[in-house]
Amino acid sequence: MITAQKAIPVLDIESIRNQFPVLKRTVKGKPLVYFDNAATSQKPQVVIDALVGYYSGFNANIHRGIHSLAEEATAAFEATRDTVQQFIGAEKREEIIFTKGTTESINLVAATWGRANVKNGDEIIISAMEHHSNIVPWQLLCQEKGALLKVIPVNDEGEISLDDFKQLVNSRTKIVSIVHVSNALGTINPVKEMIEIAHKAGAVVFVDGAQSSVHLDIDVRDLDCDFFGFSAHKVYGPTGVGVLYGKKEILEAMPVYMGGGEMIKDVTFENTTYNELPYKFEAGTPNIADVVAFKAALDFITTIGKQNIARHENALLAYATEKLQQIPGVTVIGRSAHKTGVLSFVIKGVHPQDMGIMLDNNGIAVRTGHHCAQPLMACYKIPGTIRASFAVYNTVEEVDALIAGINKALRVLL
Amino acid sequence: MSGSMSIPQTEQEIIDEFALFDSWDDKYEYIIDLGKKLAVLDDEYKTDNNKVRGCQSTVWLAAFYNNGIITFKAESDAVIVKGLISMLIRVLSDHTPDEILDAKLDFIQKIGMTSHLAQTRSNGLLSMVRQMKNYALAFKAKTEN
Repeated sequence: MITAQKAIPVLDIESIRNQFPVLKRTVKGKPLVYFDNAATSQKPQVVIDALVGYYSGFNANIHRGIHSLAEEATAAFEATRDTVQQFIGAEKREEIIFTKGTTESINLVAATWGRANVKNGDEIIISAMEHHSNIVPWQLLCQEKGALLKVIPVNDEGEISLDDFKQLVNSRTKIVSIVHVSNALGTINPVKEMIEIAHKAGAVVFVDGAQSSVHLDIDVRDLDCDFFGFSAHKVYGPTGVGVLYGKKEILEAMPVYMGGGEMIKDVTFENTTYNELPYKFEAGTPNIADVVAFKAALDFITTIGKQNIARHENALLAYATEKLQQIPGVTVIGRSAHKTGVLSFVIKGVHPQDMGIMLDNNGIAVRTGHHCAQPLMACYKIPGTIRASFAVYNTVEEVDALIAGINKALRVLL
Repeated sequence: MSGSMSIPQTEQEIIDEFALFDSWDDKYEYIIDLGKKLAVLDDEYKTDNNKVRGCQSTVWLAAFYNNGIITFKAESDAVIVKGLISMLIRVLSDHTPDEILDAKLDFIQKIGMTSHLAQTRSNGLLSMVRQMKNYALAFKAKTEN
């Protein structure tokens, strides 16, 4: 608690909160307390303005037009690519491919790199704490190819061990797809070490950065991951945009994903030659407006400083964890020493859904349920958890409101 | 008609009861209380066949047909859903298939609980209402044949 209070004055949270219009609203007559940030973050005014600015100022289809609006739209769209490149430390701008979101990024790799490289008897490794989005695409690939999906177990604290991982890796391992930060537990996985182990065995690694990209400094070159995926809407940006980062030589060798405009160089009825990276993987008119506004979200984060944001969020997490554990019957699910952003818990005798409804009744938004990680919930033999997840605009007072809301609900529910 | 009160009459009774509450807290406290008091469903009826699946909570629903009257019994693992179930049983149980099929169930909206029937809640309550009507339809067809 003392650490929490010391760290918080670093950022002027009140002025940050003022940049998020939605935080001024009420829910059920109470001020909104938004703790569902791991599902999607709220949007600052600069992002909303960028969306409106695009549509009211320079809406045009990109890349092919020679008129001024098309040039402005293309410049703005490509400027986001440069910003993403810097945001994750990629070496080259053409290593950044825009997708619909992390889910599509994973599916793209499974459908292209996977189909071209995974054969009968090969192995794919994921962990027991993966989101369904990082399970199902690999399952589909395994079914199609007769490959084997192997799962790194999770211990009681919500961690995976490098020793367990080493046991699973062998010369048949083709790809390891691992979540960087668990959406259900908050655990930060040792991806850098895992990548090194996987590379020694000749496997490539996909890092699911859907949760990590907003909390941790991302440097894909330092991690040495082959692929990295994340979603704009979880980093204060718009919905419907995501990123697939891939090492250039791997992306160049990969077959195309979807066919259509933008991704071609020349088309005849006999043959098509494909466009160069990154356009080769961006078929059709992309989500121009949201990509343009995505830049404003990344700039928003960079201006505040990711480490400052992380320090604030981690202080909130520590404070909330301490307060929560004082409530009788509470068990925190995910107790790794290395965690960020997420506080998942169950309360003895209380169905998570009931707690979710009672908190909503007090204007507090949390997520309840299996968090799209049913296999993980099965490991803990629970139907689901109550999850509070933190963002830069959350405050100690909001954590206090959450704790008070839980206590109030318990008086009725138990 | 079957039960001592018609379906619209019971709906109105519930609407009147809820009119006494002036806050959401009070409404939910009442629903939770109903949930806690709902009779336990015997394990023999908690079968996969009787399971009405929701994303978060589970509802088991059993229906019995005797002398042209349908009786419902149900339970859930979540107490608020149980309270809502309790009200649905109070309204629909012990009525004929036709009466159940004609039920508008607008008391749910009038007491402000519509959100529990929305897709986002995914709690199986919407599926449960559908399932109750399906039973009525099936029993009706059985009688007419």
